[in-house]
Amino acid sequence: MSVGTAKHRELGLTDSEFELIVAQMGREPNVVELAMFSLLWSEHCAYKHSRKLLKQLPTAGERVVMGPGENAGAVDVGSGYAVAFKVESHNHPSAVEPFQGAATGVGGILRDVFAIGARPIAILDSLRFGELDSVRSRHLLDGAVRGIGHYGNSIGVPNVGGEIYFEQPYEHNCLVNAMCLGLARSEDMVRAAAAGIGNAVVLMGASTGRDGIGGASVLASAELAEGDDATKRPTVQIGDPFEESKVLECCLELLEKGLLVSLQDLGAAGLTSSAGEMAAAGGVGIDIDVARVPLREADMEPFEIMVSESQERMLGVVEPARVAEVLAVCEKWQTGSAEIGVVTNSGQVRILRGEEVVGDMPVAALVDGCPLYDLEPAEPEGWIYGNRATLAEGIAAEDELLALLASPSIASKRWAFEQYDSVVGSRTVRRPESADAAVLQLPESGNAIAVSIDGNGRRVACDPHAGTIEAVLECAQNLACVGAEPLGLTNCLNFGNPEKPATAWQLERSVAALAEACTALGVPVVGGNVSLYNEGPEGPIYPTPVVAMVGELPDPARVAGSSFVAEGDAIGLIGPFSPTLPGSELAKQRGALDKGLPQPDVAAVAAACAIVRDAVRAGRFASVHDVSDGGLACALAESSIGAGLGCRANVEHLRERGCQPEEALFGEGTGGFLVSGERMVLEELGAVLIGTVGGESIEIGAGDHSLSVPLDTAESAWRSLDQRVEATA
Amino acid sequence: MIWGVLQFPGSCDERDALHACSLLGEARLIWHEERDLGGVDGVVVPGGFSYGDYLRAGAIARFSPAMEAVAELAADGGPVLGICNGFQVLCEAGLLPGALLRNIELRFTCRQVDLVVEPSLGDLTTPEGGQVDESKRLSIPAKHGEGRYYAPDEVLDALEANGQVAYRYASEHNFNGSARDIAGVRNEAGNVVGLMPHPEHAVDPLTGSTDGLRVFEAAAAGARA
Repeated sequence: MSVGTAKHRELGLTDSEFELIVAQMGREPNVVELAMFSLLWSEHCAYKHSRKLLKQLPTAGERVVMGPGENAGAVDVGSGYAVAFKVESHNHPSAVEPFQGAATGVGGILRDVFAIGARPIAILDSLRFGELDSVRSRHLLDGAVRGIGHYGNSIGVPNVGGEIYFEQPYEHNCLVNAMCLGLARSEDMVRAAAAGIGNAVVLMGASTGRDGIGGASVLASAELAEGDDATKRPTVQIGDPFEESKVLECCLELLEKGLLVSLQDLGAAGLTSSAGEMAAAGGVGIDIDVARVPLREADMEPFEIMVSESQERMLGVVEPARVAEVLAVCEKWQTGSAEIGVVTNSGQVRILRGEEVVGDMPVAALVDGCPLYDLEPAEPEGWIYGNRATLAEGIAAEDELLALLASPSIASKRWAFEQYDSVVGSRTVRRPESADAAVLQLPESGNAIAVSIDGNGRRVACDPHAGTIEAVLECAQNLACVGAEPLGLTNCLNFGNPEKPATAWQLERSVAALAEACTALGVPVVGGNVSLYNEGPEGPIYPTPVVAMVGELPDPARVAGSSFVAEGDAIGLIGPFSPTLPGSELAKQRGALDKGLPQPDVAAVAAACAIVRDAVRAGRFASVHDVSDGGLACALAESSIGAGLGCRANVEHLRERGCQPEEALFGEGTGGFLVSGERMVLEELGAVLIGTVGGESIEIGAGDHSLSVPLDTAESAWRSLDQRVEATA
Repeated sequence: MIWGVLQFPGSCDERDALHACSLLGEARLIWHEERDLGGVDGVVVPGGFSYGDYLRAGAIARFSPAMEAVAELAADGGPVLGICNGFQVLCEAGLLPGALLRNIELRFTCRQVDLVVEPSLGDLTTPEGGQVDESKRLSIPAKHGEGRYYAPDEVLDALEANGQVAYRYASEHNFNGSARDIAGVRNEAGNVVGLMPHPEHAVDPLTGSTDGLRVFEAAAAGARA
């Protein structure tokens, strides 16, 4: 049976890709095969525009237990334990239906982590929306936060941190990136490669329905009986955290009992990608009998079963003699299970419906046969995103500080994180906004881990190279603030259409910078995810490489917070911090964004991180806070508000580094740590002393920009997000 | 004392409750299908989303075999502590009065709250006999979407008259809109206690507070009294 060449185009394959499939198959693919090829050869699964670039990333490291290519990366945390982690995007589904899109994003990333045998111990999220004054943005924000909370809360995994930025270029294409960390005994971890000819393939978890049959619905209209309405087929998946909770416990029990040879989750492209990738990784073939797949609707076509993205499903490879035991454990957890196939030595993925063969493809062609493309980058002439001034130049410094504190991107995100359970699991040593990185204790290995997730797309838009290095350094600084040494990094590269030269240039520059920063810091990249084609009618999103770094610290009791602690403590500044206004929140509010940022000095920042890390581990600071969005003035305000203590500081020292008063107050850049504690200690550590904790106002001397703001006024501005979202949400 | 901690499909906090109990005595998990509690002295019905809670929180769990055994233990005067979803289950099972409705702001909220310990709770009463002072406040996390305690006024009056209000939210800490700031109640005999906040997440200074241990101690003491 041949499908017309028009079909492959509607499924997103180019003519030359279709011809390549025909050449590799030796014939034209049938409907089932074309559906499967179109998904596995999609950008999402094949990384065809990014794979060549990603080869630059350093992936080796002494502590790496699992690197790229597995369901999640993992690093050794000592005493025989490993921490697995991964970030994944669920941008497009969330832009269509934010609650379910975000919820299933969390569900998917949880499965990636327990697929390698790690019990999920924390969730973080990185979100981007349009400006908060847009009804659409508030709707997306509200839905995404509820969805993330719904799924994570219901399954009992704490949400311990994250970030939210509001920028116009995300108006039509919000970003929802979810991260999960898991803990496993290194020896119990399992890979996704199918192995053992004759072993059974067991599908566990939810039944398979027509949800998430995205692009392949083109085929539905061609193949299903007359009168069927393709519009009935929902393309956004629906999450069921209860089912996931049962599948999670079931899989962990199966692994603990040694009943699984390998395990893989069903994510994008459902059974197609799981079966194909397991076979490819193991160098084997797989037969799948769709007639044995438990269905929600009896009349589903084979291709629909193969591409369905129904959630909460896992695929395991089991020795034939152990199948009955596996099914019994599934029964105990009241979750579905069915033996749907077998591992073969054919090198083919064969799809059967009972006795009938309905698809038969070489694994190599299906999984690794997709052509990889070179980008055609071209640097854009100027600033390709708009500018929108919301703040006049020349207003009082006090008003500038309050405007920055009230910016939704800087303001407290309590409205969001209070909707997440941050305490379940008894590991959360630092809850959201109490320190710069989340800290989780690991009684199993007697130490703790810290995690930070960052990616300021605006600054990457200004300069993809400098902005990406800054994102990595920001993570490294956040870890240093809690005394953690980096172990590994993962990332989610959110970009626009890579076929457009400007986006291709951003992507190429950004990945090169990511490789450069990770190499310089000696931090291996253990996994990643790429989300391209994030564009709306008004153009692409800001290029947004979201990076997440996991580090280790010996003693969680020593972790300082980011808020000041005691009246009279000295305030100091550590690190090579030379802030400037380009790309800053202030520049944005003034409508003065433009191309170009200063290039960060990675080695100098790394040296400052080491000083801070060691001092935190020795318990020498009362507080430590990374200077980030909104500059030193906002950092001082945040440390004050958190403590309910004012401060008196003077930032004119930064003149020596070439900073004008305005830059010293609100300029941004890497390498700054705001610390407080005993004056002698701070001096000994090389801090520039800039002030003292105390009083009921934030007073900052900065020449003709000196300011004084009552603490409660600053706090009202910083805590204004609640009312602004709730007013109309 | 040996505590049993029930485990339903969908339970979230059972491991934390198990850990908290093990700090005060022995503890073990009890699978929801067990009709026999295996000789434990007391039971914790933990937090989470038993059976998914897609119907009404706790409405299905109350029918589980383990809950039949818990009802018998309660009738015999054994200590039973319901936390969050466990509180909802005990209310659904009729072992505690009242019901838990959706939070007044209709959102799940996770927040550290201060609780005032009511003087009726055995060991925790003040020497003066009822004057609750600041030292009787407990700092404990609460996290739920359906925690607004409700009962008809005459029931609330009776609860207060009988000393059945176990915990109240301190002023400005009642985020869910509970009637009369009630965070936890107990039965007339005093051996069955339920509360929305999570004492099992407050047993370690590193994670915020150790005040939760006093709730477990009080639950054990209430049964002996």
